[in-house]
Amino acid sequence: MSKSLLDINGLSKHFQLGGGRELKAVQNFTLDIKKGETVGLVGESGCGKTTAGRTIMRLYEPTAGSMIYDGVDIAKLSKRQFKAYRRRMQMIFQDPYASLNPRLTVLDIVGEALDIHGLAHGKAERKKRVEELLELVGLNAEHASRYPHEFSGGQRQRIGITRALAVNPEFVVCDEPISALDVSIQAQIINQLIDLQKQLGLTYLFVAHDLSMVKYVSDRVAVMYLGKIVELASSEELYDYPQHPYTKALLSAIPEPDPSAAREKERIVLSGDLPSPINPPSGCPFRTRCPAATEKCAAEVPELRETRPGHLAACHYA
Amino acid sequence: MTTMPDMTTMLEVKDLSVSFDVFGGEVQAIRNVSFDVKHGEAVAIVGESGSGKSVTAQTVMRLIAMPPGRVKNGEILFEGQDLLKLSEKDMQKIRGNKIGMIFQDPMTSLNPTMPVGKQISEGLVKHQGMSKSEAKERAVEMLKLVGIPTPEARYKQYPHEFSGGMRQRVMIAIALACNPSLLIADEPTTALDVTIQAQILRLMKRLQEQLGTSIILITHDLGIVADVCDRVMVMYAGQIVESGTTEEIFANPSHPYTRGLLNSLPKLSQRKDEPLVPIYGTPPDLIAPPKGCGFCDRCSFAMNICRTTHPEVTELGGSHQVRCWLQDPRAGQAAEQREVHA
Repeated sequence: MSKSLLDINGLSKHFQLGGGRELKAVQNFTLDIKKGETVGLVGESGCGKTTAGRTIMRLYEPTAGSMIYDGVDIAKLSKRQFKAYRRRMQMIFQDPYASLNPRLTVLDIVGEALDIHGLAHGKAERKKRVEELLELVGLNAEHASRYPHEFSGGQRQRIGITRALAVNPEFVVCDEPISALDVSIQAQIINQLIDLQKQLGLTYLFVAHDLSMVKYVSDRVAVMYLGKIVELASSEELYDYPQHPYTKALLSAIPEPDPSAAREKERIVLSGDLPSPINPPSGCPFRTRCPAATEKCAAEVPELRETRPGHLAACHYA
Repeated sequence: MTTMPDMTTMLEVKDLSVSFDVFGGEVQAIRNVSFDVKHGEAVAIVGESGSGKSVTAQTVMRLIAMPPGRVKNGEILFEGQDLLKLSEKDMQKIRGNKIGMIFQDPMTSLNPTMPVGKQISEGLVKHQGMSKSEAKERAVEMLKLVGIPTPEARYKQYPHEFSGGMRQRVMIAIALACNPSLLIADEPTTALDVTIQAQILRLMKRLQEQLGTSIILITHDLGIVADVCDRVMVMYAGQIVESGTTEEIFANPSHPYTRGLLNSLPKLSQRKDEPLVPIYGTPPDLIAPPKGCGFCDRCSFAMNICRTTHPEVTELGGSHQVRCWLQDPRAGQAAEQREVHA
């Protein structure tokens, strides 16, 4: 657990919008992911969590920062050089309907990954490998000859997982893998991901907005707001002792499936929406919605600092 | 629980079945659904995609395209009259006027080419016979009521100038502008973030208390239900499989599907070494719904009778009802007999 697999330091991703405007989607993202652990990344839509995941995968080119993967800074590698690392790092996408090519059979969707990295020699070996993988994720070998439209949402997400695992990765970015699925199917996929992690020794970056699920799957959780990590701690610690007012509000907004608890629960309902990342507020990005904001929050940017042992938060008053 | 409902029924759906004729056959989207909604009450319809919850709501609003849709049997009594027998012209006097509806996706259900204020006042001019200036005044008032800052300026803006949460507020303002007695909210917060969801739910609850509107809330999220609703109906494969007050359902979930839904949600206190209990398998095909219970293929307690005979409604006391053979008074005897034989 203690060895670091991916050490991300000061990663930023800015998009140029024309007219000299710049969207700072991810700013100074620093996170150390250890081998075999699951790190959750949560936040509202537009907070930059998906961009962070995609930049780590080099699907977007980082604007600044370093990403040390197994001793090599993968942020600096050329596309060709990065290919070897892409085999070791894979991604599961949010929408199982849009992320599978409708004109390929499952055999080709998964086999394509094997072809690109030259992992299967000959048709028979390729087919055998795909069938093994399908069984690993709870599908049948016969499913290989079918097309995506013949599957339900949950099954499609399993195909997405199969494709990611086909190349024997060490590290998988799961970008909202269950948010497009029905509640009854979500638990199936989550259990599958946890089983696979145990069997194959995978490391996960689990991007999601569902806090109860993130708490359940993650060892550590990072909370993002407007492109920045505002709090980072082990999941028990974060949920028991949230330090940042945004984390507190997120936790109190979780709907509770228990009528008496739901009605007694004191909710911190945030007013307003996420501010535009093109023109973010001065100082603390959260101050426009924070119930405890002061003048200091407008003037000074709070640094991410240790407020409790092993618990980082970016708030002047944490 | 909000103000005590005065317990007179406003909407009564009796034995409603709706099918869609498609290439592959007849999709029996809802089968023999009966329920009622009382004045001032908030009722939830819970179920996963394809369970028929949206079809139920859209049939009440008469928004189902026919064909391919077809009401096979049943009645929808709203304040005493059967909505299914009304002409389209008469229905238009009810739709948007006495029954308001909020749709799931605030991004696509507003007209992008019309200022939002106009979209609110449109209905007021049509239904309430207001003049344009009266309607504008009322629309601004509605925008203020749903918590949109600077409503006069916002009145003239277009939907793309609003965020997702703000658009959903506009939808609520449109739905409530004519002061309807019933509001149907079809997954009103599914497209929104948790923090915005909390804002919208609080708003709906406040408006229900202020205006005394009855609400039918359609959702797949049991967490929301516990917070907002007085009564719950759980739908599965086109049927109501369990219904009761929110307390009854959460304290004593009696259908294996309801229990499965509750178990699939991780609790905040749940540790990583306690596995989640998923519901295995997928919902049945409604072109050929199973002869017995729709849930039997996914149910770990399924008995022989579940595969062959459709379960009847069992009363569990209070208003709690369930369609499950396990809860049938004869189930205990059957189990005892089996033990004797074994």
